[in-house]
Amino acid sequence: MNSCRWEAVVIGCSAGGLEVLCKILPELPADFPWSVVVVSHTTADSTGLLAEVLRGCCRLPVADARDKAEVLHSAIHVAPAGYHLLIEKNKRFALTVDAKVCNSRPSIDVLFESAAEAFADRLVGVLLTGANEDGCRGMMAIKAEGGVTIAQCPATAFVDTMPQSAIKAGAVDHVLAPTAILGHLLRLAGGG
Amino acid sequence: MKDSEIDDIGVDLFVEALYRRHGYDFRNYAKASLKRRVRELARSFGFDHISDMIPRLLHDLDFMEQVVPKLSVPVTEMFRDPAVFFALRRQVLPILASYPRINIWQAGCATGEEVYSLAILLKEEGLYDRARIYATDINDQALSKAEDGVFSLHNLKDFSVNYLKAGGQRSLSDYYHAAYGHARMDQSLKENMVFARHNLASDGIFCEVNMIICRNVLIYFDRILQNKVLKLFLDSLVRQGFLCLGHRETLQFSDVSQEFITVDEDHRLYRKTLRSVGEP
Repeated sequence: MNSCRWEAVVIGCSAGGLEVLCKILPELPADFPWSVVVVSHTTADSTGLLAEVLRGCCRLPVADARDKAEVLHSAIHVAPAGYHLLIEKNKRFALTVDAKVCNSRPSIDVLFESAAEAFADRLVGVLLTGANEDGCRGMMAIKAEGGVTIAQCPATAFVDTMPQSAIKAGAVDHVLAPTAILGHLLRLAGGG
Repeated sequence: MKDSEIDDIGVDLFVEALYRRHGYDFRNYAKASLKRRVRELARSFGFDHISDMIPRLLHDLDFMEQVVPKLSVPVTEMFRDPAVFFALRRQVLPILASYPRINIWQAGCATGEEVYSLAILLKEEGLYDRARIYATDINDQALSKAEDGVFSLHNLKDFSVNYLKAGGQRSLSDYYHAAYGHARMDQSLKENMVFARHNLASDGIFCEVNMIICRNVLIYFDRILQNKVLKLFLDSLVRQGFLCLGHRETLQFSDVSQEFITVDEDHRLYRKTLRSVGEP
């Protein structure tokens, strides 16, 4: 697979998110060219759990995002529990324990806003099911920098507050069900 | 030019002004999160642009006093990552017990929750009487809160679970007095604590210690400053002294990795080698 334009996709989710992630991420082929970065609202106790689950079912390599480590292509990076995850302009990860945003750490907004500045119009943002408004500002930032934004269709969401708030804010380009999100990502990555 | 790029210039100028006017050196902080905090700072004062803060920073001392506390947002807990405190109790304190005096440096102590955690640990292992904890931070407001040792009672309830997971032998409530929604830490815990302002980015060695605890501070620095601070730690430790970093920080890939042996990588416990070239 080859992509001339897109470089990375950031995915944010909360309540009910694991199920949706498991519909999308295992279907990405081993030569999927982008960097994939996932933030899920998890409790501090479940350190490493999400990465472990995904590792068991994905063809792309899966790892917890490490501070100062490079954002790798053709790999899935997961935000570690208890830390905000950011992407620096030099395409390296940064972690902080700054105050919670939208009552969450890791926060989707924090990742998306920093990723928007790092990748500009080469970024795709995906916001899935969840019970608060985290991710809304992040989706607006991605759009403002020229990236493309996708929200899970509220009717298919376990809790629709999260995609709904981004849609209402006018921050979403495409509203899609999980399988259609997968199809859209594959099409973009294939240059279609 | 995009707004976000103009903000980058604003952050650089702001940081330069803060350094040259007041000596606080944020120049080697990790950029993405620093930018987030500087933007938040501007918003909290009602400024439209980061650059609007620069005249105030240069000419208004009252403004300046509010800046550093807001830039170094202290978020800390008692016995955060309890397994680390359990590991300290089992793997490190028994070795420190062989020293007549135990000096510990808690670098970047913020509001002090970890300093009190450490004091409790030392007390329960019978070592506090010959210990001294030097607790430092760049944030004066946080330091004075640490020195007061008064925490929200609501938080203490969460901390008491961590305390037990850390191998606590009593109840955390034995160590504080609750009143009006607050918890005042026991006076005896403060006896061997010394609080001081120290700036890791610009200040040098100020004591020789048997152990340094510095958790979730290095992640805020870029690689250059991380290595500079790790060298400072190396030089501040006695031979075979211990270093404890945050759960997502590591000595791997750092300039000083050869000067330490790994005691427990899972809990980020390291020990300065016997023949390390570092001073003293």
